Amino acid sequence: MSVEQLLAYIPLDVALIAANFDRFLWGVWMTLNLTFLALLIGGIIAIPMAIARASNHRLWNPVIWGYTYVFRGTPLLVQTYLIYYGLGQFTVVRDSWLWDPILSSAWWCALIAFTLNTAAYTTELLRGAIIDTPKGEVEAAIATGHSYRSRMRRIILPSAFRRAIPAYSNEVIFMLHGSVVASTITLQDILGVGRWLNGRYYLAYEGFITAALLYFIIVFAITRVFRWIERRYLRHLTRRSEPTPSVELAPSPIR
Amino acid sequence: MDLLLEYHSQLLAGTWMTVKLALVSLAIALVFGLLGAWAKLSKNRLAQRLAGIYTTLVRGVPDLVLILLVFFGGQVMINELGYATGLWGYVDISKFAAGAATIGVIFGAYFTETFRGAIMAIPPGQIEAGVSCGMRKSLIFRHIIWPQMVRYALPGFTNNWLVQLKTTALVSVIGLQDLVYNAFTAGRSTGQLFTFMAAAFVIYLMLTGLSDLAFRALDRRYSRGVVRA
Repeated sequence: MSVEQLLAYIPLDVALIAANFDRFLWGVWMTLNLTFLALLIGGIIAIPMAIARASNHRLWNPVIWGYTYVFRGTPLLVQTYLIYYGLGQFTVVRDSWLWDPILSSAWWCALIAFTLNTAAYTTELLRGAIIDTPKGEVEAAIATGHSYRSRMRRIILPSAFRRAIPAYSNEVIFMLHGSVVASTITLQDILGVGRWLNGRYYLAYEGFITAALLYFIIVFAITRVFRWIERRYLRHLTRRSEPTPSVELAPSPIR
Repeated sequence: MDLLLEYHSQLLAGTWMTVKLALVSLAIALVFGLLGAWAKLSKNRLAQRLAGIYTTLVRGVPDLVLILLVFFGGQVMINELGYATGLWGYVDISKFAAGAATIGVIFGAYFTETFRGAIMAIPPGQIEAGVSCGMRKSLIFRHIIWPQMVRYALPGFTNNWLVQLKTTALVSVIGLQDLVYNAFTAGRSTGQLFTFMAAAFVIYLMLTGLSDLAFRALDRRYSRGVVRA
């Protein structure tokens, strides 16, 4: 049976998808750079915020709690619209130096919204991991003369990061899923290209199914990477009689 | 502020649509979740396999992609089927139905995991005790599994519900007149997008905050007999 015959069984215009595949690859690039830049920046700002939350800092704890509560309690779509469509309402913003390079650009607005969103979730999950540090470990660190700073740096954070890995793998997948919001503010991410293709050729399936497949492959790759990371960094938590605990494809939305 | 008052009925109608959509899709998700958990825990290999494929597929693809696929693709598919079989004429699927069904099926996959975990948390000795007393399966489910499952599932349930409520915002993309859609159109026609999106933001915050409070009360009620460390 030839390839043409095989393709004839698929009720999709595969040739059209293939002809536009370079656009989809650009879409993959757009999705990945938005998602991972947001995760990187959000992750970095989440660390001090999580420490402040976990140590019950008198000023910062309530402030950061308010921030995470607000950003976790509202849809990412609304946050993105608020920044991209909303900020232009103010002449002050439109006249400021930030407007031209950053706040008028859909990409920057998406990045800002995604970063603020993932930072809020990451702060809370890191906070949980920090306060779950076994008390004995902290006491041992105090007994051996560690200061607060070195305790945090050498004992608490390394073990908290490890404990946060499974929950963080969920956050990564959710950020990837959330990044489709970019396509609603004109960006050509994976879904954006899919919607473009369907609109251009008046199709019902091709663009969305290609997008779905691409997202699925990326999610699969991410779970594989996290499985490897867990095997490496959570080896000490594995029960000897059982196989390594593995992340399933996003067990449940821990949000 | 005056503008918000002027458009308050539009915002309220949108809020009501969002709540309705969230509740209907929750009902669908609960049915799929219970079926999925039952299939995953059953001894039937085929059922296990099917449930596994369902949860993996659904959770590997972003919600909006599925919503668009069901709304645009489903429309074409239903009409082609109707044309081919001659059973029905042209059908317009409603945005509400497409949105509620898709979100329901998606979150059914998450509820599957929640319910499966909750059932597995019940000590197997209790179920064995039920069997040895001669209880039938349905009786074991009603008297032993269900009451405890509710308690174990509650934290996951709360989480899923909050995520689901926020996910309904995506349905505005296919043009359902929910809170986001109405706030956006009002903001666009008045040139005050920030004001209206901020209003939507606050309303979502109130909805999630209220649900959070309600579930906390439920949690206290269902774990009354439990001593917490």
